[in-house]
Amino acid sequence: MIDNASLLMVMPELVLTIGGLVLMMVAAYAGDRTAQLVSWLSVATLLAAGLTLIGLPGHGGIAFDGLYRADAFAAYAKVLIYTAAAASILVAPRFFAPLTTGGVGAVRAEFPILILFSCIGMGMMVSAGDLMTLYVGLELQSLSAYVLASFMRQDTRSAEAGLKYFVLGALASGILLYGISLLYGFSGSTSFEGVAVAMGNGLSNGLMFGMVFVLAGLAFKISAVPFHMWTPDVYEGAPTPVTAFFASAPKVAAIGLTIRVAIEALGPGGMAWQQIVIFVALASILFGAVAAIGQTNIKRLMAYSSINNVGFALIGLACGTPAGVAATMSYMAIYVVMTIGGFVCILQMRDKDGVPVETIASLSGLSQSRKGLAAALAIFMFSLAGIPPLFGFWAKFLVFDAAVGAGLLGLAAFGIAASVIGAFYYLKIIKTMYFDEPAAEYATGTPLLENAIIAVCATIIVLGYLLNPALDSASAAAAAALF
Amino acid sequence: MNQLGFPILTLMMAVPMAAAIACLYANDRAARSIALIATLIDLALGVVLWLSFDQSANAAQWQFTEYAPLFGRFAWALGIDGIALMLIVLTVFLMPICIGASWVAIDKRVGEYMAAFLLMEVLMIGVFTAQDIFLFYVMFEAGLIPMYLIIGIWGGAERIYASYKFFLYTLLGSVLMLIAMMWMVQEAGSTSIPVLMAYDFPAQAQTWLWLAFFASFAVKMPMWPVHTWLPDAHVQAPTAGSVILAGVLLKMGGYGFIRFSLPMFPEASAQFAPLVFGLSMVAVVYTSLVALVQSDMKKLIAYSSVAHMAIVTVGLFAFNQQGIEGAMMVMLGHGLVSGALFLCVGVIYDRLHTREISRYGGLAINMPKYAVLFLLFTMAAVGLPGTSNFVGEFLALMGVYQASSWVAIVATTGIILGAAYMLYLYRRVAYGELVHDDVRAMPDLSGREMWLLAPIAVAVLWMGIYPESFIAPMRADVASLVARTDRAKPAGDSKLAAGKPGVAAESHSTENHETPGEAH
Repeated sequence: MIDNASLLMVMPELVLTIGGLVLMMVAAYAGDRTAQLVSWLSVATLLAAGLTLIGLPGHGGIAFDGLYRADAFAAYAKVLIYTAAAASILVAPRFFAPLTTGGVGAVRAEFPILILFSCIGMGMMVSAGDLMTLYVGLELQSLSAYVLASFMRQDTRSAEAGLKYFVLGALASGILLYGISLLYGFSGSTSFEGVAVAMGNGLSNGLMFGMVFVLAGLAFKISAVPFHMWTPDVYEGAPTPVTAFFASAPKVAAIGLTIRVAIEALGPGGMAWQQIVIFVALASILFGAVAAIGQTNIKRLMAYSSINNVGFALIGLACGTPAGVAATMSYMAIYVVMTIGGFVCILQMRDKDGVPVETIASLSGLSQSRKGLAAALAIFMFSLAGIPPLFGFWAKFLVFDAAVGAGLLGLAAFGIAASVIGAFYYLKIIKTMYFDEPAAEYATGTPLLENAIIAVCATIIVLGYLLNPALDSASAAAAAALF
Repeated sequence: MNQLGFPILTLMMAVPMAAAIACLYANDRAARSIALIATLIDLALGVVLWLSFDQSANAAQWQFTEYAPLFGRFAWALGIDGIALMLIVLTVFLMPICIGASWVAIDKRVGEYMAAFLLMEVLMIGVFTAQDIFLFYVMFEAGLIPMYLIIGIWGGAERIYASYKFFLYTLLGSVLMLIAMMWMVQEAGSTSIPVLMAYDFPAQAQTWLWLAFFASFAVKMPMWPVHTWLPDAHVQAPTAGSVILAGVLLKMGGYGFIRFSLPMFPEASAQFAPLVFGLSMVAVVYTSLVALVQSDMKKLIAYSSVAHMAIVTVGLFAFNQQGIEGAMMVMLGHGLVSGALFLCVGVIYDRLHTREISRYGGLAINMPKYAVLFLLFTMAAVGLPGTSNFVGEFLALMGVYQASSWVAIVATTGIILGAAYMLYLYRRVAYGELVHDDVRAMPDLSGREMWLLAPIAVAVLWMGIYPESFIAPMRADVASLVARTDRAKPAGDSKLAAGKPGVAAESHSTENHETPGEAH
């Protein structure tokens, strides 16, 4: 029987579902003219869903007999997901707007609605208490994402990105499902607790294989090496607001889900999954850093940067300690701010006619033509490189501190040394903007909303240390919910 | 609160910070004035700090302390001892001179340039005042950003390569130090530097920690063979950038050894002292010889910096009062002298736009004032008695003689070689006939340039004639450092036996006993 308490605990998803369905009707009957209105209403829906987290959904506990968890961890991740989703919705209309009056743009009212549905899936992912919920949430998120990636249908790159994402995503889902079936077959339960109990009784070969396949499927979703191949192509091909979305919200959801599976379901497996995570983390850091060096397209570069960052975030998980999980959650929070800020800067890269440009070379001498934009992008790049006193340093600090605390000194030393390689390509962007001679100027125009988002993100990155006590306690509370 | 009644250290960082933000929005003329005024205010505050620093025998080791637990896991904890005090005074003294040196030489993007320099000043003061190990790291690393921009934007032809090399070299050196710091904090349970300085880490761990810190400080110093970023950075940086790089940034390495490596890991320091000595001996001889054949003035001075820093490191790892005081005096003296030499190069570079030594010659004829000041700084760099470097080099070498006579002998050749390359440089630039017409047309020092060089000349002579003003604030702190490291002190090979106790020896032994057990 469905009890009222359970329904109250899934309130964020309910709000999003009802909001999404109503807005879909609006879009269907009123057409794309209402795109702007639907966008704002979607943001309002996300805000409403976020506000429900203050109540029972933020700390209610177990709902639907263990299928769903409404705890501090889920609430933390949902706040990040909703914020990132809202930012992606807000910057989209200007990007999709027709370039010339009377021209054809891709402004469609479905865009924010797809993001809402994706958010429902992501909410289910981070709240999953059962392998079934996990899979349903993951697929709901992915299906919306496939459509979003190919949102500019006329653009072959976008269509290619969508198709690639879909085919490889389907493969990953298959791997994940196979792993789930093995876990279920050898533990006799789909719930995380059931799997954990079976794991605690000894790691049989079947469980081991199931664990490897599940983690492989999840590694695809977080685009960690060696399951990262889709990332650069999809990030490059997808429309920029969608790329901003892919690089932020689904990352948080997938990392959250991975943490939940690793700690709650596979936890008693101990070292077995830790070794996998350590390998994936180091491989992602190294590959993300080295492969990015030769890139000339800034969206591809950001794709490799996201692979690199996932590696650092996974170092926290590899510790398997509450401090490590808290560090990963803090890392994701700071990462989302840097990524959203960075992508909104990239959105402003348009040539004289307003056509978006994506080459790093076009940033040449930006510091002389667009001082503020260059300064903001430089702040995000130094921050992604982990240079103090910017907030990105604190994110890396936390995960390495957790690794040192867990005794993983080798991992910490290797990871931090590899971060220097990553610094090279972030510096390259700053060098292009500050040291090189000016290239063709960008379209001017001062989109108030985008500038506001950039300003907020840059302020957080520069003055973020003052938020440390709040961030630390929130992350610690989120992590404590899992142990 | 401190003896002044207001948080002077925070104020010294807040003034340039506010000015830096103002410079970003100001036009060129205003930015120059804002920067000059802010650095002069900081100089005045630095003088106040020096005058009100308690040097009496029973003074607290850490003065002007401030504490605010702002950042969760680490705190805004500031405080200085005599060693930090002198380095802060050096910083605030050089900063207005740097701004003055950039007054006309920098004509594009002046606001950003001044902002970068003021931010540098904030971070340098931050490094020397931080009492929280992570605050120190943040300040230490953050300095890379403005320096990267200064070299990259306003530097010479090869500036991009130099800026990358500077950034990545120093970053790679420092990151392992962060891991070591995290381990130390978790082991000792405190982020406070004074607490960590008194904590006894297990000897086995010390080895690894020492190496991690060494990687960072050796690059920063820079020690041979990780010095190769320095000549590139110096040559490409604008004049003021070279001044601040040689004057203060290099001193962060030495400061790090004094603040971290020696007191926190005495056993490991003793264990690795032969390594430091070995590298330093190579550096003294090798980089001096390299300096001898340079045709670029800035490169020559850059290599001479490496040689001088090697004398600092041998002094530091001598484990005795003279060695460490001498190392500090070399750092202060070298900060002034190398800064002044880079300014001297900048003066003629601004006129002829070349650093090729062979393009000059005979400057003593048409630029007499310049020639006199250049000669003074050349002599100071050589270590002539009566100038700043003599005091430091003499003390450092005397200190290291007690530890190892061979090191002392090899390091002393650095003085001879130093005389060779500096005098050779001076002869080629200032003496001889005026053969080049464009050189003949060069005017002597302007009023602004006199104002830049004269204060340094006064300071160099002051430090050489009455070094007590500079050594006195550090004496007690060096003594407590020596007391702290005494348990691990390696036996020297010279086996010095005390002679008849004379006046000097007596006063020396009282120094050592002035502050018994302060480090514990």
